[in-house]
Amino acid sequence: MAVSHLECKECKAQYALEALYVCERCFGPLEVAYDHSSSERDVGELRRRIQGGPQNIWRYADFLPLAGGPPGPSGRLASRVGLPAGCTPLIRADRLAERLGLREVWVKNDAANPTHSFKDRVVSVAVARARELGFETIACASTGNLANSVAAHGAALGLESYVFIPADLEEQKVLATGVYGTKLVAVEGTYDDVNRLCTELSAERDWAFVNVNLRPYYAEGSKTLAFEIAEQLGWELPDRCVVPVASGSLFTKIAKGFEEWRDLGLLEGELPRMNGAQAEGCSPVATAYAQGQDVCRPVKPNTIAKSLAIGNPADGPYALDLARRTGGGVDAVSDDEIRAGIALLAQTTGIFTETAGGVTTAVLTKLAAQGDIDPDERVVLVITGEGLKTLDAVRDTFETYSIAPTVEAFAAGVPEAVSV
Amino acid sequence: MTVVVKIPTQLRAAAGGETETEVDGETVQEVLDGLYERFDELRVRISDEDGSLRRFVNVYLAGEDIRFLDGLQTPVADGSELTILPAVAGG
Repeated sequence: MAVSHLECKECKAQYALEALYVCERCFGPLEVAYDHSSSERDVGELRRRIQGGPQNIWRYADFLPLAGGPPGPSGRLASRVGLPAGCTPLIRADRLAERLGLREVWVKNDAANPTHSFKDRVVSVAVARARELGFETIACASTGNLANSVAAHGAALGLESYVFIPADLEEQKVLATGVYGTKLVAVEGTYDDVNRLCTELSAERDWAFVNVNLRPYYAEGSKTLAFEIAEQLGWELPDRCVVPVASGSLFTKIAKGFEEWRDLGLLEGELPRMNGAQAEGCSPVATAYAQGQDVCRPVKPNTIAKSLAIGNPADGPYALDLARRTGGGVDAVSDDEIRAGIALLAQTTGIFTETAGGVTTAVLTKLAAQGDIDPDERVVLVITGEGLKTLDAVRDTFETYSIAPTVEAFAAGVPEAVSV
Repeated sequence: MTVVVKIPTQLRAAAGGETETEVDGETVQEVLDGLYERFDELRVRISDEDGSLRRFVNVYLAGEDIRFLDGLQTPVADGSELTILPAVAGG
């Protein structure tokens, strides 16, 4: 395997591949480093090797941080272990593009994962690494989607799990977590309070907190979104990606995935313009971007996009740097724009997304309306989660005709249908 | 004022292995200065050359991020708890 060591993103200090996430010298984040010097150099052979892999993220095992390769009896059988994530549809959304005055828009629908969000990618990798390291209990601090995924992966693999969530989470996300038999802990406070608690607990308990002490491995799972987009576009890079930003991890790791494949010769050309999407009620990264700052001032979230409600984003500085160096940006939209984004995506693509996808769609709409996107660009909209998890966002946004079961009642009660 | 400073795992080796320690001071800055006096190695780990906190260090007074208070100038109450934590978790 090509995985080599952990390295501080700030001071480049190196560490062994253990359950570590912070540099002891400068407190910077640790990231997984690879050594591909002995990997296959023939691009055609590399592509064939990927294409011959299972229909899930383990087809990219050469680029993921597992010491023992993909989990399971063999690479080919990896899809039978745990909850296989990935290989979600990339849909050409011509009706959406037309509405926005663009030529080519693709929707990466990551709601089509086992627990209906992109979090299954990161959890698959974190939990596989946790097992390699000998952990028997997994845990997380979550805004909801991660809670679903950690609880489900714990159940699938027979690992005990503890899931910490803010007490005011959407009911659908709470129910879709508890059902898996996890130990669900609702914390009075915001996600940032939950995160602080889990950071403290991770020092006291011998647990694999997927997004704390296992975070370097966990975050690598998001690269598979980039790998899939490129593979599904026929080994090509898009011109622009619009991605939701909470901690900034997904946003930065999608770019890292593209960059790693470009370094290996699997892709050619410029890195896509990376556009981050936030809700106005929790926009520390968009605010810092607009003000030209290189660090984010934390905020107290107040938005319907609870899955993005991280007021103190760990990867904020890196997200800002990425947006600037690729010619992208980070924008924020209001709750009403988020609801309109959900409706627009649903009504032009048939994809019902949660509030985070409403944020992403609304930011794309805003960029298109401002003329920031060249109509000839190939744009990928990353939809990270499922609309059924945030039903309150669409409640009372449309009319239902209530009638008696007669033809007359239908004719009298549903005027538009009669006039057609 | 005497404050209990909670030291994160990553810094305990530089703090004589202690998990928490009592420090006197009127503000967060004074408490941190007192901490650095006791464990000199902590200064460069926690603060930048200009004395501000490194960007991946979070400091909480009684559970609240000091950036929501008055930052390093926030006054501290006797017996309160000051927690130093890495900022890179979550998401």
